[in-house]
Amino acid sequence: MVNTKVNLSGLVLDNPVIPASGTFGFGYEFAELYDINILGSFSFKGTTKDPRFGNPTPRIAECYSGMINSVGLQNPGVDKVISEELPKLKKCFNKPVVANISGFSLDEYVYTCEKIDKEEQVGIIEVNISCPNVHGGGMSFGTSAESAADVTKAVKSVTTKPVYIKLSPNVTDIVSIAKACEEAGADGISMINTLMGMRIDLKTKKPVVANKSGGYSGPAIFPVAVSMVYKVYEAVNIPIIGMGGISTAENVIEMMLAGATAIEVGAANLIDPFACKKIIENLPVAMAKYGINDLNDIIGGAH
Amino acid sequence: MKNVIYTITSNEKLTENVFKMVLSGDTSAVTASGQFINIQLAGHYLRRPISIFDCNDNELSIIYKVVGVGTEQMSKMKAGEQLDCLVGLGNGFDLSVSGDKPVVIGGGVGVPPMFYLAKKLIAEGKSVTAILGFNKADEIFCKEDFEAIGAKVIVATADGSVGVKGFVTDALKDVDYTYFYTCGPEPMLKAVYNNSSTSGQLSFEERMGCGFGACMGCSCKTKYGNKRICKDGPVLVKEEIIW
Repeated sequence: MVNTKVNLSGLVLDNPVIPASGTFGFGYEFAELYDINILGSFSFKGTTKDPRFGNPTPRIAECYSGMINSVGLQNPGVDKVISEELPKLKKCFNKPVVANISGFSLDEYVYTCEKIDKEEQVGIIEVNISCPNVHGGGMSFGTSAESAADVTKAVKSVTTKPVYIKLSPNVTDIVSIAKACEEAGADGISMINTLMGMRIDLKTKKPVVANKSGGYSGPAIFPVAVSMVYKVYEAVNIPIIGMGGISTAENVIEMMLAGATAIEVGAANLIDPFACKKIIENLPVAMAKYGINDLNDIIGGAH
Repeated sequence: MKNVIYTITSNEKLTENVFKMVLSGDTSAVTASGQFINIQLAGHYLRRPISIFDCNDNELSIIYKVVGVGTEQMSKMKAGEQLDCLVGLGNGFDLSVSGDKPVVIGGGVGVPPMFYLAKKLIAEGKSVTAILGFNKADEIFCKEDFEAIGAKVIVATADGSVGVKGFVTDALKDVDYTYFYTCGPEPMLKAVYNNSSTSGQLSFEERMGCGFGACMGCSCKTKYGNKRICKDGPVLVKEEIIW
């Protein structure tokens, strides 16, 4: 019997597989298909202080081995998430969840994280710092070590649950940003968010998505994610949730060898709603194939 | 929603770039006309959403236009090959409000979902008029299918080569109807919306990520709140639409 249990800041997951924010809604669409309690946890739809419709459509473009999205954090706002979505989520999922939070100012992060921290089912707060900072000239919080640390400190000061900062790969030095988050008190790092990308329609000769650029995800970005997780693992002493193109149990093992304690599955859920179920079922098989008895033995094993 | 592996029974050319594909396999997830399937194609990351033309207990058929690399690949597939599909997607049409004399209005590749709808309405004893809009004579398809199930068919062509010269709305003027259902390009939907005398249901298209409500890729604003074209649509009622 192999061991797939992993520990994220004291939260023990039955397995390291977590559907990534924005690809799994609040769970109930998938609960119609299979019992989602087999998941390690799941990261719910990115939540902000105020309701957001998001960007104009089209928001989706196909890419080689992946896709671009420019959804733009559509969500009903934290109050409705708490009053309407979390009660529905609780009916189909009985484990702690990862609350994915975004904001456009420090005050918004603080407001939303403080509220979500009080929700019993929230096990980890995953803070997405890829959105533009409206008070900082529109530059993303995640593109400088200083502003990433500011968000981390601000959120940590109002929360009791473990705080994981979700990093953008669209930076010159992700390692320095991860270190700044750790020094500012982050309990863990989630990485990587999507890569900036664009497709241009040859018929219209214009970008496919209305917002012009969007976030590129899918198997194509997996090697980028593995490389970045590998580098950050060497620089920090806090756990990493690794993500970026993971689609198979073998990908899970590879990401954990790079240094991830748990992993998230994103785009794969959208093309195969059973992707996480298949990965979880195949994980013990893949572990046996590669002589792994306990997943905890391989975290950072490639170093 | 179900994930079904279908076997292609036939894949025939109807016009220069429109094809009809018949798929055999489990159709139990199809609960309404106006729903669609989302098709996985080798070498392409995203699935292709295509509306259902007709459906019975063990077979469903789709009619699709070759508009890009995915549909071009589909057009070359042969009987016996298999297709991985997500089935039973979308809300579909609500038949309960049609009245006795509904009109179904399809334009181009918006015609196919109107067929399964018309078939169901006729089975309920309704007197159905079908207005089918095309650009020109050699682009017409499915006219005989609607006639075979007993719909009163009016063809409109933009160049006047067959039937009423002009758009579907030019044909709609002379029809006595209790309710309308429509699917087609957005300018046509808007024209039907503006020129219809009754309530109705309109089926929309949007670029989709997942097709089953998870990614928020195809959201739109309505008077009844934000909706996902793939899950809360593709059918919206006239009263909720914001143009």
